[in-house]
Amino acid sequence: MALRQLLRGNEAIAEAAIRAGCMCYFAYPITPQAELLEHMARNMPRLGRTFIQAESEVAAISMVYGAASAGVRTMTSSSSPGISLKQEGISYLAGSNLPSVIVNVVRGGPGLGNIAPSQCDYFQATKGGGHGDYHMIVLGPSTVPEAAQLTTLAFDLADLYRTPVMILADGLLGQMLEPVELPEPIDPASLPRKEWAATGAAGRDPNIILSFDLGPDNLKRMNEALQAKYREIRKREIRYEESDVADADLVIAAYGSTARIAKSALQMARAEGLKVGLFRPITLWPFPYDALRAVADHVDTVLTVEMSAGQMWEDVRLAVAERAKTPFYGEMGGVVPTPRSILNEVRKDAR
Amino acid sequence: MERSVIIAGFGGQGVLLAGKILAQAGMDHGLEVTWLPSYGPEMRGGTANCTVVLSDAPVGSPIVDEPDALIVLNRPSLEKFEATVAKGGIIIVNASLIDRKVGRKDVAAHYVPINDIALKLGDARVVNMVALGAYLRAADTVPLDAVKRAMAKALEDSGKGKFVPMNDKALDGGYGAVS
Repeated sequence: MALRQLLRGNEAIAEAAIRAGCMCYFAYPITPQAELLEHMARNMPRLGRTFIQAESEVAAISMVYGAASAGVRTMTSSSSPGISLKQEGISYLAGSNLPSVIVNVVRGGPGLGNIAPSQCDYFQATKGGGHGDYHMIVLGPSTVPEAAQLTTLAFDLADLYRTPVMILADGLLGQMLEPVELPEPIDPASLPRKEWAATGAAGRDPNIILSFDLGPDNLKRMNEALQAKYREIRKREIRYEESDVADADLVIAAYGSTARIAKSALQMARAEGLKVGLFRPITLWPFPYDALRAVADHVDTVLTVEMSAGQMWEDVRLAVAERAKTPFYGEMGGVVPTPRSILNEVRKDAR
Repeated sequence: MERSVIIAGFGGQGVLLAGKILAQAGMDHGLEVTWLPSYGPEMRGGTANCTVVLSDAPVGSPIVDEPDALIVLNRPSLEKFEATVAKGGIIIVNASLIDRKVGRKDVAAHYVPINDIALKLGDARVVNMVALGAYLRAADTVPLDAVKRAMAKALEDSGKGKFVPMNDKALDGGYGAVS
């Protein structure tokens, strides 16, 4: 058995990125994500890899563009206001088909907000916070071990589909400690060569990496290629978890930290004889519409619980499509639902 | 079996470290654990606290409505958390700094002169380990030895190995102060 270590979510993501072969990391400090940057600052130079504390978030995401263009695994991380600043760069990464990993340890918003846990950046992450017809793959870890696993997956998916991938965590997951078994480190030299990368054109035609094409027909074709890629991702990469769904009358739909709190509420509800289940999207984009619709076909109620005003709720309602009732319980501004507060909503809706 | 504890006090009393050491010891003892800090502005002067959950099954919520145990190192923390403790739970009260009794009759309150014990050992900074020792005796969740090993490792890893004997005595001092 691999060594179990007690790590913060922020540290687990950082260390998993290193073990996934991340060669270049660029970021600007912000709470509640700071330990991620600190772990990279301590360890990347020691391994002969690149750590740069950039002068701004905009600079950091642009450095990611450069490193990704050169064909290496690269990552940046921040928290909500900092991620807003990176949106232009993320749009360029998507437009240029550049594999990259972006971590958002979400805090209360809008504006400067606060430093407490929140899920208020779901729209920004899943619907395209930058301009243009693009998507990122968005992964929503629920525990610290899963944050590490999904970081490994994020790098693999980014390379496989040549796309930016976001890990959408939150302040609770970033700050809490939990036992983790980290994956074995991979040798970055063992990764498949990226034939498209700008690595110096000696002996071959130059590779050109661009997100623009001034000819309307050409740009249309570029967009069609992007959409074809997104169809492929939708077909192959949807991930979710179901708990106690089979005999449930009411299913809680929740992701990330909120889902693990909901699991405790589920156990309390079951102890009271209420038939409650949990549906947890792991990929927030692509969203598991079909799987949730199948659940909605045999339950009375799908209760969405989020640390937002109801952002994932929109996707839940699209999926459920009037097959079941779709009440909502949310907390905002850095307030975290507790098992009991979720249980109270379950009791109301299970009647 | 799942057991939770909230450790609360002034920023600087070492409550976050006490929780980390308990979580580490719990993990070393084979349990599933979570440690969740309060990391808001209250860290700068007001009350700091952390929640530790120890379980023999994967931990759902790291946030707890009704902790099974509460360790309070200052009076504001008692005011804030007393009402939340589960019926039949435990409250470890720092009697050196808290001049009132626990109002509830449905919990077991242990009044431990935590600062006095620490000062008698020669260093007020070990209040967190005195408090943790008292909790271990009252709650019986993780063996004292496992906590001592986790404490020694935490201090050695941060270059403070010379403080291990003092903190060892502090854990013993707290443990012995609860009957």
